[in-house]
Amino acid sequence: MRTPDRRDALRVALAGGAAMLLPKAVVAQEAAFSLPKLPYSFDALEPHIDAKTMEIHWGRHHKAYVDNLNKALAGKGEWEKKTIEEILKSIADVPAPVRQAVINNGGGHHNHSLFWASMGPKAGGEPTGPLAKAIDAAFESFAKFQAKLTAAGMTRFGSGWAWLVSDDKGKLDVISTANQDSPLMMTPVLTPLLGVDVWEHAYYLKYQNKRADYLAAWFKTVDWKVVAERHAKAGK
Amino acid sequence: MTFTLPTLPYAHDALEKAIDKTTMEIHHGRHHKAYVDNLNAAIQGRSEFDGQSIEAILAKAATLPDDIRQKVINNGGGHANHTLFWETMSPNGGGDPSGVLADAITSTFGDLATLKQKVKEAALARFGSGWSWVVVSGGKLEILSTANQDSPLMHGKTPILGVDVWEHAYYLRYQNKRADYVDAFWHVINWSDVAARFQKAGH
Repeated sequence: MRTPDRRDALRVALAGGAAMLLPKAVVAQEAAFSLPKLPYSFDALEPHIDAKTMEIHWGRHHKAYVDNLNKALAGKGEWEKKTIEEILKSIADVPAPVRQAVINNGGGHHNHSLFWASMGPKAGGEPTGPLAKAIDAAFESFAKFQAKLTAAGMTRFGSGWAWLVSDDKGKLDVISTANQDSPLMMTPVLTPLLGVDVWEHAYYLKYQNKRADYLAAWFKTVDWKVVAERHAKAGK
Repeated sequence: MTFTLPTLPYAHDALEKAIDKTTMEIHHGRHHKAYVDNLNAAIQGRSEFDGQSIEAILAKAATLPDDIRQKVINNGGGHANHTLFWETMSPNGGGDPSGVLADAITSTFGDLATLKQKVKEAALARFGSGWSWVVVSGGKLEILSTANQDSPLMHGKTPILGVDVWEHAYYLRYQNKRADYVDAFWHVINWSDVAARFQKAGH
């Protein structure tokens, strides 16, 4: 998910015929990817996720992924024009010298963008509608799904993510990935519907070694409406 | 045969010039303890491990039974790595190495500053969780990094110095600033312990 950013604004300007007026250097300085705004305040997810963790996680960790992604793709014109989803889905075609940097930082950018958007204040609970039915079909019950995602988060040794993913027919599964690897890089491509960050930086200030407590609290921040929208799109 | 959590050779607050007391308490008392407990659970009831050191077990990690191999790599590695880590730090640490270790550093890297720079580069380039190491391999010093709790012993290399770059090692005090943590680590490095490991490794 790439939110509208300065590059899009610039594109509009170019389409409007302003291109001739812009010195080339100005165009070159526009970074391809930018840090999306948080859709809520830093303290909005308290007490489940603390304000300080949100500030550092978004403002330093996610920002570093964006900056390093831009650095990796700088001057690679065709790649800079793609969305982050397109890039991750065709990761094998990314030039070898920068591929690992794009996996790490492009994955980091996309994973965190999904993460912020799928949490919210006054969220939690359980999904309804077609997503609820799909979860029951895949995992028998919401409780069993929750246990499976928690287990995926707990057994990821080191840094990574636990995911609810969909295949291109809308069938659900739970997986985990190492570091910032995205399900979009898998063959066949899996669409991430919901992800929980289990890097220690996601929870250490408040939970230290108690990853299980963090996972239990995180479920109370999940915005199921956003997840349901992703599910509806993925199954089409 | 069961492994036990070693006692820290100094107080939790002894390394404050580099690592805060709370981090030491949690890192040793919870993270290292969990590795020891999970290692013991993995090898419980398997007499083939009786009397074997964790170093000997890790050196033949590739030949361990499928059903416990990854658990032993993760938790046995975690146990060996952290045991080395605690011993190679000291409240009276810092400064420069001397003797044959100093000579080997000079002949391999040019000077101590270059070794420190390379350890830092390996630490910063390790994406995710892992370690930056100085190892002895074929009698020579090398710098490398490993992912998660993988031990250089699994690759036939003997670690003599390691910097833990899992976020749990530094996040409470340094947050995302891993570079600052690695810089501070040198204030507590116990060079005499590193030198003893170098001697023992048969350089």
